[in-house]
Amino acid sequence: MTVAARNPPRVAIVGAGPAGAFTAAALLRACGDAEIDFFERLPTPWGLLRGGVAPDHQEIKRLEDTFDRQTLTRGCRFLGNVEVGTDISHAELMAHYTAVVYATGAQTDKSLGIPGEDLPGSWAATEFVAWYNGHPDYCDLEFDLSATRAVVIGNGNVAADVTRILTRSAADLERTDIADHALAALRESRIEEVVVLGRRGPAQAAFTSAELRELGRLDGVDLRVDEAGATLDPVSRQWLADEGTFTARTNVELLTEFAARPETADAGRRIVLRFLRSPVAIRGTDSVEAIDMRVNEIVRADDGTLRARPVGEDLETIGCGLVLRSVGYRAVPLPNVPFDERSFVLPNERGRVMNPDREALPGVYAVGWIKRGPTGILGTNKRDADETVSCFVEDLAAGALARPVNAEREQIDTLLAERRPDLVTVEGWRAIARRELDGGRRERRPRVKLASRGELLEAARPAP
Amino acid sequence: MTYVIVGSCIKDDSCIEVCPVDCIHPKPGAADFETAEQLYIDPAVCIDCDACVEACPVDAIYAEAEIPEKYDYALDLNGRFFGELSTAERTAG
Repeated sequence: MTVAARNPPRVAIVGAGPAGAFTAAALLRACGDAEIDFFERLPTPWGLLRGGVAPDHQEIKRLEDTFDRQTLTRGCRFLGNVEVGTDISHAELMAHYTAVVYATGAQTDKSLGIPGEDLPGSWAATEFVAWYNGHPDYCDLEFDLSATRAVVIGNGNVAADVTRILTRSAADLERTDIADHALAALRESRIEEVVVLGRRGPAQAAFTSAELRELGRLDGVDLRVDEAGATLDPVSRQWLADEGTFTARTNVELLTEFAARPETADAGRRIVLRFLRSPVAIRGTDSVEAIDMRVNEIVRADDGTLRARPVGEDLETIGCGLVLRSVGYRAVPLPNVPFDERSFVLPNERGRVMNPDREALPGVYAVGWIKRGPTGILGTNKRDADETVSCFVEDLAAGALARPVNAEREQIDTLLAERRPDLVTVEGWRAIARRELDGGRRERRPRVKLASRGELLEAARPAP
Repeated sequence: MTYVIVGSCIKDDSCIEVCPVDCIHPKPGAADFETAEQLYIDPAVCIDCDACVEACPVDAIYAEAEIPEKYDYALDLNGRFFGELSTAERTAG
């Protein structure tokens, strides 16, 4: 029997973000006849590439051309504005596809667990990111930017992104594809200072050196580093010499260099990097007014990791009117699919999703953050996708994957037409992209994003 | 002359796959691969062939003479990465 004589495998990828896109591309490389459908909750593909990557990092967004060329152009279907678990169930997907690959990412943020976290004016940094990137579920949020100081909790790359967006000039931002509602609000922003808090020291800063360097090179922005950021404690110095990463060494050099810089007198805005500080409470009567912090020192824990430990009882308080919490992403459970409540992932082995007895569920796979947790950068998903796809290919060859009950493409199309009359197909997405790119050409910007679901669906609808 | 990888690298390893002289590191599986924030080109080994530039999906690789100002640190950074552990040491054994 030739390969062509078999029924091609039909694969549903749930989530059209980077992990899903790399998976589709790897599937087509491994199994050229696979029929692949992306199920996407939003009317637009590419997940955090569109909705997460900062608007002033346009060069990274070029990855979408590769995704398009390797997936949609090669026949993968985009089925947008459909939510798995609401509009169509896991069981229904299993009845229509040989395999279902969950690539749903980590859709919420970790909480700090401190008083005042939920006061108005205290936000997850990811909400701010989704808002300025034109995510339709966040376009109606209203950030009060009338205070002069904002505090960003955490010093990873999301913290760096929101800090840049809060401090860049309107002239910088209006050359990007930042959402228009965010641009309008940021033009009126009265924020003069953004304080970025790291609970550990400079050697443990979570920024990449590229992100850190960029903070020190913003036009019209003065970067200050506190004393804790300019000095290395003995434990960290030893760690840096013995086992520190190239990035950590580069970060420490950069922070030392920034700390030695003279203050820029005419800077319109200022970023202050604070280290060895943990927030213990966010205070305010009706909204955020101040944040209380404790001082930490670095100690080596029994497992060898360097941890922050509180020193003394004294608290430091800084006044602020906006708090953005950026201490990590967290995945949310999916209906009728196993979920590991401790690690916040789909329980899996190399991408094969496991039931509570640790047996593989035939035909169910995971990839990206829902598989490994929210770690790594865009390219990490390529290798992750290769691993999941290799499991799928093994299972297919071993005959472990049953032919679905409703194996014809028309059957899923009929079901979706009933459930989601305003389904967005690849043609709809291309119409959205055309409208956005035309807007961009008029305004000399990369694109002008359509931000509300209504606008997106209207643009996606075929002309009558 | 050498090519240089800048900070917008996403560690998609397309460049590693096409490099004819194996001068782009760290490679998947290397001890420092997961913690590396980007990939680097060893200026002592690069033969200026351009293959990586073509392969990069985010245009993060530049010829030394064409590095944009905002990435002016990148040539030094690529070199320093191999100053800690050279390509020869990385590919030995």
